[in-house]
Amino acid sequence: MALANEIILQKIQEKFGESVKNFTEPYGLITFEVDKSKVIDLLQFMRDDETLRFNFLTTLCGVHYPDNEIESQFAVVYHMHNWMDNVRVRFKTYLNGENPEVESATNVFLTANWMERETYDFYGIIFKGHPDLRRILNMDEMVSFPMRREFPLEDGGRTDKDDRYFGRLPNNENLN
Amino acid sequence: MSDVLVKSVADKYAELIKQKENEDGSELSILNLGPTHPATHGIFQNVLLMDGERIVEAESTIGYIHRAFEKIAENRPFYQITPLTDRMNYCSSPINNMGWWMTVEKLLKIEVPQRAQYIRVIMMELARIADHLVCNSILAVDAGAFTGFLYVFQYREKIYEIYEELCGSRLTTNMGRIGGLERDLSDTGFRKLKAFLKEFPAAFKEFEDLVSRNRIFMDRCIDVGAISAEKAIAYGFTGPNLRAAGVDYDIRISNPYSSYQDFEFDIPVGKSGDTYDRYCVRNSEIWESVRIIQQAFDKMPKGPYHADVPDYYLPPKEEVYNNMEALIYHFKIVMGEIPVPKGEVYHSVEGGNGELGFYLISDGSRVPYRLHFRRPCFIYYQAFAEMVKGHLLSDAIVMLSSMNVIAGELDS
Repeated sequence: MALANEIILQKIQEKFGESVKNFTEPYGLITFEVDKSKVIDLLQFMRDDETLRFNFLTTLCGVHYPDNEIESQFAVVYHMHNWMDNVRVRFKTYLNGENPEVESATNVFLTANWMERETYDFYGIIFKGHPDLRRILNMDEMVSFPMRREFPLEDGGRTDKDDRYFGRLPNNENLN
Repeated sequence: MSDVLVKSVADKYAELIKQKENEDGSELSILNLGPTHPATHGIFQNVLLMDGERIVEAESTIGYIHRAFEKIAENRPFYQITPLTDRMNYCSSPINNMGWWMTVEKLLKIEVPQRAQYIRVIMMELARIADHLVCNSILAVDAGAFTGFLYVFQYREKIYEIYEELCGSRLTTNMGRIGGLERDLSDTGFRKLKAFLKEFPAAFKEFEDLVSRNRIFMDRCIDVGAISAEKAIAYGFTGPNLRAAGVDYDIRISNPYSSYQDFEFDIPVGKSGDTYDRYCVRNSEIWESVRIIQQAFDKMPKGPYHADVPDYYLPPKEEVYNNMEALIYHFKIVMGEIPVPKGEVYHSVEGGNGELGFYLISDGSRVPYRLHFRRPCFIYYQAFAEMVKGHLLSDAIVMLSSMNVIAGELDS
């Protein structure tokens, strides 16, 4: 691999300093967090920098963390891929729970258009500067954002599916 | 104006029509292509602004068969998510299934035995052949050549029979398990596979001879719906549609999974990214898939067909009926009571249409915290509206077929 993870880290840290943090490498994929005001600069920098060359935005998706602090209840996750050196990278940006807003990436990557529409459709995250931020998979008349975790899939009143009856814990990491 | 029309689009177009009429007296009209139309295979709606037979503007409206897979996946144990992946690209469901298992195996750090990997490769490549066969033969049907479709379609049936030998089902396969496969490919399966490898090349050659150099077909396809490599990358194209534009990006090469590094194969690329190139790339990929299957068949290693992971792999049925521990494990696994680490993984496989990615966030509970599917169709279909501009209506139909947009994958 021509482009080592250390070089990527160094490059990004040099350029963005305090705005990027929490670098980890789960399963070999560089992961970090970026301040929401710097997302577009970061995407642009990653794409245009001569060493980094992350030419491809693989995915963009939203995540809802209702248990977090209000400032970080939503996240938008970006996966980028450098095809020349075959390196992938993932970064997250956390958004405010009541007013989730982030700049749109459509000016950097055309492909972000529908991905952002989908994220808006399901999480209600507003992408500022998006040319056409409408619902995409759900009907236009819908008022809720169905992937938010306050919307249960099943009727919450069902008593036959109480987790306690199955000895289930919210965290069964160490279950064996 | 029919009420199926999307109102916001209709209003926008009404303005455009008026404006154009004032400018040069031209009479534009709105055409609602879809959501159900015999010429679009699946549920696609495109609202077209037409100048006679030429498309001036287009707007794709999607979501007619949206089934909320990502939401459902947040409420299902890992074993119950495979049937959801089947229903995305239902032309090549084994690839989706295997992609999902590999994502889980990556999270759980499970090493899959070589034999299981080779059988997976065979199944995935058969799926790719089935997928491309459907796409290309339907493309020929849309261009007016019905016969070729009938010639090759029985081989899709034969591929389904091989699936049946492994997993018992045909279209929505639900194939495989965490750590390997549910059973070894049976002797009948190997026999059918051998027969397929023997008979299929001749039949497919016949199809190519019929269609590929057919003057009418070429005239309908060449220079129709071309897209440049730069544009294709910007739009997030992957798979055959991208390779038709001349970029040799293939995940089987760049990030080999399931022992793809053991096989010798080429990545066919096109040049102009038009409909004919897409057709040719898919055809060549079918030949490469045949090559891979042949190699996997010849080199098939002996050994177990699943990893030794009793926490995740369902015990055999005789054990479940006769042995208390096995019954407990069976119950635990089916109900999702399995130890899962916290973590985030992204895994992608080369699906029939391109990079099929699974982004899984696990919080250690029995269901994923978040599972995002990177569906190649959804991502490249957004270019369609731009690509059809200036083309004839009949060309738009051919382009839609050649891009192989699968409604299930598009709407998830």
